[in-house]
Amino acid sequence: MLWRAACRVATRIAGPSPPRRGLRLRGLDQSPHPPGFSDVVPPTEETVFRPLYMDVQATTPMDPRVLDAMLPYLINYYGNPHSRTHSYGWESEAAVEHARQQVASLIGSDPREIIFTSGATESNNIAIKGVARFYKLRKKHVITTQTEHKCVLDSCRSLEAEGFKVTYLPVQKNGIIDLKDLEAAIQPDTSLVSVMTVNNEIGVRQPIEDIGRICSSRKVYFHTDAAQGVGKIPLNVNDMKIDLMSISGHKIYGPKGVGAIYIRRRPRVRVEAVQSGGGQERGMRSGTVPTPLVVGMGAACELAQEEMENDHKRISLLAERLVEKIMSNLPDVVMNGDPVQHYPGCINLSFAYVEGESLLMALKDVALSSGSACTSASLEPSYVLRAIGTDEDLAHSSIRFGIGRFTTEEEVDYTAEKCIYHVKRLREMSPLWEMVQDGIDLKTIKWTQH
Amino acid sequence: MAASSRAQVLDLYRVMLRESGKFTSYNYRTYAIRRIREAFRENKNVKDSAQIQMLVNKAKRNLEIIRRQLNMKIPCQIGFASNVSM
Repeated sequence: MLWRAACRVATRIAGPSPPRRGLRLRGLDQSPHPPGFSDVVPPTEETVFRPLYMDVQATTPMDPRVLDAMLPYLINYYGNPHSRTHSYGWESEAAVEHARQQVASLIGSDPREIIFTSGATESNNIAIKGVARFYKLRKKHVITTQTEHKCVLDSCRSLEAEGFKVTYLPVQKNGIIDLKDLEAAIQPDTSLVSVMTVNNEIGVRQPIEDIGRICSSRKVYFHTDAAQGVGKIPLNVNDMKIDLMSISGHKIYGPKGVGAIYIRRRPRVRVEAVQSGGGQERGMRSGTVPTPLVVGMGAACELAQEEMENDHKRISLLAERLVEKIMSNLPDVVMNGDPVQHYPGCINLSFAYVEGESLLMALKDVALSSGSACTSASLEPSYVLRAIGTDEDLAHSSIRFGIGRFTTEEEVDYTAEKCIYHVKRLREMSPLWEMVQDGIDLKTIKWTQH
Repeated sequence: MAASSRAQVLDLYRVMLRESGKFTSYNYRTYAIRRIREAFRENKNVKDSAQIQMLVNKAKRNLEIIRRQLNMKIPCQIGFASNVSM
């Protein structure tokens, strides 16, 4: 009785109903004051509507508990962790080592195997260039896939310019590599295989355990870019026989500008350092370790470990809800990527007969993207979609929906409704849709006379 | 310290929900309220008093975190972003 009364009171005083996300970005400061340092105090209430955030693959909001863990190291405990002579240094170092332990326990490794970097891009560079260059006298071959992140592909390209041979494994229609292709590609002079755990554009999960098994039996190092998978799916570097792993801070509700690389010690993986300097981080990544960022990342990893199951269950439900709503109300919608070997929080849908950019612009009160953030400036359809064999026209109409820890059911419902409304509206305007409705098969149309 | 009584736990629950409702960010507010409800509901039937005390301490730490964040009064609008229009 008391419990129910308490719940009633709690729901009534749980604040105003969440502001309806509007199309307006009005209410902005129209005065000629210079931005930032005006005498007008910026409002602390959310008077301006901002779009719903459905792009968690690009970055995630920081969890308040992570920010709280970082604050002391931004304010009072500002010492350099490498200062050995005073307590500022000692307490900062203790914090860094504690964070290292938190990151290590998330992936099942030893803390000595974690090196902090500036992000997953730097970790990928260290892994690929560092390993390849160390073993370059006898091993000149590197294997990766066509759907990797740009930083991996670009590192491989720069290795090719140095004289290495790189094999880019194709992926099947569902986005997953064929293990037989991998086995055939491994040669006696292969030093490294790099396959990402969860793809950032279509959300497919590669069979990491199988790849790890193959690589360890053929004595080839296995690197995985786990930026989108760490803290979201259970990963264990020993069970999955992973030798190198890249971790990104800002994909798991931590701060931007920090990441980590896991480098196996038993058996030892030798890596040539990419960044020279004072020998910090076991000589593999010189430079002052940014204590507040690293503490934030450690806290984010610990939280991820606690909340993983809960978050995964919730995100799966929300993802099913979104996909079910959209697909039951709209015909001709294709989900890119394998439906089973898939991380539920990343949904990539192609809406036929609708142009992706125009749909993104129509959904202006939802923050979405049609591919990865690094490629969002170009008009080319994503290379990942091309690699999985999507038709050119479907590749142009794809949208990526991201669902994370902070996404609510209301946001998912709103996104689905708006998406359905705008797709229907854009299709009404589309001559291609008219032709399809009349029963014409678009592939039989001759678009030009010559 | 005396073991936390039912009334104290309920009081803590009420206070946490009330403070969480003050978050200005929609996502943080809804997450905090939802997570607090889930956590208290999940541990409703815990009988071991040492475990109850541990959970209560954890909840108190989280309440401190919420209070600290709310005290910071971070502005929701920043100057140079006001040029963005859609």
